[in-house]
Amino acid sequence: MEISLNVNGAQRSASTEPRKTLADFLRDDLELTGTHVGCEHGVCGACTVILDGRAVRSCLLLAVQAAGSEVTTIEGLALDGEMNPLQQSLWDSHSFQCGFCTPGFVMQATAFLADHPDAGEQEIREALSGNICRCTGYQSIIDGVLRGAERMRQS
Amino acid sequence: MKLPPFDYFAPSTVDEALDLLAEHGDDASVLAGGQSLIPLLALRLARPAVVIDINGLDELSGVTQTNGHVTIGALTREYVAEESKAVADGVPLLAGALPYIGHEAIRSRGTVGGSLAHADPAAELPAVARALDAELVVRSRTGERVVAAADWFDGYLTTARQPEELLVEARFPVAPASTGTAFEEVARRHGDFAIVGLAASLTLHGGAITDARLAFAGASDVPVRAVDAERLLAGQSPSDRLFDAAAQQAADDLDPPADLHGSAAYRKKVAATLVRRALRAAAARANREGGGS
Repeated sequence: MEISLNVNGAQRSASTEPRKTLADFLRDDLELTGTHVGCEHGVCGACTVILDGRAVRSCLLLAVQAAGSEVTTIEGLALDGEMNPLQQSLWDSHSFQCGFCTPGFVMQATAFLADHPDAGEQEIREALSGNICRCTGYQSIIDGVLRGAERMRQS
Repeated sequence: MKLPPFDYFAPSTVDEALDLLAEHGDDASVLAGGQSLIPLLALRLARPAVVIDINGLDELSGVTQTNGHVTIGALTREYVAEESKAVADGVPLLAGALPYIGHEAIRSRGTVGGSLAHADPAAELPAVARALDAELVVRSRTGERVVAAADWFDGYLTTARQPEELLVEARFPVAPASTGTAFEEVARRHGDFAIVGLAASLTLHGGAITDARLAFAGASDVPVRAVDAERLLAGQSPSDRLFDAAAQQAADDLDPPADLHGSAAYRKKVAATLVRRALRAAAARANREGGGS
């Protein structure tokens, strides 16, 4: 099937089989490999992207279902090649280690902070509870998101 | 490719979907939010010949309040129900259970009807539907029928829905005055399926319990009501001693499964604790609603 969707502000069209997930479509067909696939059945959160303003797991969505939608991936966050305030805060807090889970956490945190700019630590922990990190023990990620929220409120 | 091949249909009206279901019946899976079906496909535990994607059926989305019921269209996303004032005001038990479903990103896509039709016994919404005696409305080309929640859950991942039928809405009764509710669950991490979950509702009148409802998730192959414990509570005044007795009764009556998350004995213990916890919370809320006087 031929589908057309907006990805990171650009209109993209491609042909896909109905059984292809959005995650595979983004990576294989649009060559946006920033979206990572971990468990590929909705448990780890690494493939989280923003679809029409909501965080979703791109492995639990068929690419054909995203036709006509707006998708934001990790590649769509930087501003003129510079990290955005949330990304910079995660960097400053040494939030991540190996980086595999990073795109999922960043997209989930981005969607959550857009709706809850004043969120505190407990709410952030809960919002990120669907994302698995095997390196950090999470504290550094929470610190980074808290710092990011503060920076976003100031800017 | 991860998912097995299937023929994909995306009907734009309910009638089209019903025609497809009539044609393909058992060979078809209905794709709503996809938060359960897509994992089943990815693991190839399900290999339907046909997938009928109902996400284009806007007429099945939305929350309405009509004579004593809050009616939720089957395709209503869980986050939409979570943010609905009609749900919060009318069906507080449902409002309390929704945040326990999966994670934010799951509730972005997952639907109320999908959860009820998938009928995972550890899921939250089936327990709420059982506790409140919700009604499920299914439609086929030959007409519509209403199924009581008590008759809906047939077994593990199995419901009374026939292959040619589509679940179109769920009706939850509005909580009577002086009702307090609580949803409690124990899971390995927030958002995981419940090891045991409990939907509880207490209605008080003149300081006595006039209606008690307890339904467990994760304690059997279907959501189960704690009938004897409910009977024990009815007509009594709320007290810790009464709640302890109800907790004991409810746990004694359970025959829960054992798996790597917990033994049957552990689940019984958790169940008793949840009953105590939920009843105290529900009674306190019912009192605030004016039922204690």
